[in-house]
Amino acid sequence: MLHAIWLIVRKDLTVEVRSREIAYTTLFFAVSCVLQFAFALVKEGKPPEDGAAGILWIAIAFSGTLALGRTFERERQSETLRALLLAPTARPAVYLGKLLGIVSLLVLTELILTPLVSFLFQAPLLVHPIWLFAVVISGTIGFSAVGTLFAAMLVRARSRDVLLPVLLYPITVPVMIAGVRGTAALLQPEVDLGIVRFWVALLLSFDVVFITLALWTFEPLMTD
Amino acid sequence: MNAFDTGGPAEAGHDAALDFDDVIVDDVSRHFGRRRALSRISFTVARGEIVGLLGPNGAGKSTMLSLLATLMRPTSGRIRFGALDVETAGERAPRLRGRIGVLGHDLFLYPELSARENLAFFAGLYNIRDANRAALAALQRAGLADRADDQVGSFSRGMRQRVALERALIHDPRLALLDEPFTGLDDASAAALVERLKVLRDSGAIIVVATHDLDLAEGLLDRAVFLRDGRVAHTAARPEALRSTYRAVMGKGGA
Repeated sequence: MLHAIWLIVRKDLTVEVRSREIAYTTLFFAVSCVLQFAFALVKEGKPPEDGAAGILWIAIAFSGTLALGRTFERERQSETLRALLLAPTARPAVYLGKLLGIVSLLVLTELILTPLVSFLFQAPLLVHPIWLFAVVISGTIGFSAVGTLFAAMLVRARSRDVLLPVLLYPITVPVMIAGVRGTAALLQPEVDLGIVRFWVALLLSFDVVFITLALWTFEPLMTD
Repeated sequence: MNAFDTGGPAEAGHDAALDFDDVIVDDVSRHFGRRRALSRISFTVARGEIVGLLGPNGAGKSTMLSLLATLMRPTSGRIRFGALDVETAGERAPRLRGRIGVLGHDLFLYPELSARENLAFFAGLYNIRDANRAALAALQRAGLADRADDQVGSFSRGMRQRVALERALIHDPRLALLDEPFTGLDDASAAALVERLKVLRDSGAIIVVATHDLDLAEGLLDRAVFLRDGRVAHTAARPEALRSTYRAVMGKGGA
């Protein structure tokens, strides 16, 4: 199973290195989103108080939805998702491979997005880089865990581009809230690491719940 | 070394314990909501046989292949691979899939990857020990060794079809399910495919072909199952004069 997961992740990253389609569109969309917020909300060089955390997570959610859609569109065009499901490996390996590929692409986007938000909104996001990494990565995994399942499930639905955010956003509201609150806690003048730890623990528990549910439901959802 | 050649795990894709000598489709129906795609289909395919699923568009040929590939479940009825019922296969289902090869109407290839990378990727998924070597050997068989490192997206439909066929057969499956395998092939490639299928049959594979191309299927099939509106309209062993039989079975018109 680990071998299959690794092959799928490497295949997704190789395809992306060749086409750069998802990286460019996701990054372009995320940067545009942050710039528009900056133009709208930063007045006379003063950003809104605690706005950076929300703006960072809006950009992650929107660009993540775009990346999810494009990743599975790629598998739909030549029906390669069916070929993956035919492989002699447990079908959840396909889910985990796709999930890791999407998380890798989103982390790449976040590596550029986070310093940009920090700069434009004068937010000390990078003062506690390890805790910031823990909040962002655990939130990204939770969001992508649900998104990967839904995107795979909707791959043959005619209105998949509409249905994906409609299904995804309500269910990932807890992840978004915990992500925003955890990031906002890191922006306080005196950071209380106990609070940050609480939000990270909550995000990790969402990750465990979402991934477990997805692994449980992936095979029956994809078989029919 | 190819990007997709990892060496792979020790075992090959074959599993003697999961081998089977026949596939039995027993009173299978498949509904999509209120629409009946297949209704009470029964037939058996044994090792060393090529069975053709023939019928017009919408007759249920591709749905039947999806059911045989375990990508769908029957609404009712059973499909058995030898003694193994796919519904009760449980943890053995992945190993069963390892004995099935599918050529879909869509080709299951990544256009951004080269022909060799595509084949090595799927060889890796099927636990073939030396995925890169298997990919190169498959490309030799397809007559595309000189285009091994070209992206599949730059290939003609016929070339992609040949790569896709090798992808479907790279793990030497017991059951080969081929949906319109002659699409896009020139005369020489189609003739080569016919010969390849005969060799596969002689080696003991079970082959199910869904096709509209009655001329190419003529002389190839050991049995023809004619589907119409999701039902078996007629079966014929060692069918001859396929086109006239098809016309007679399907009523006016024909393929």
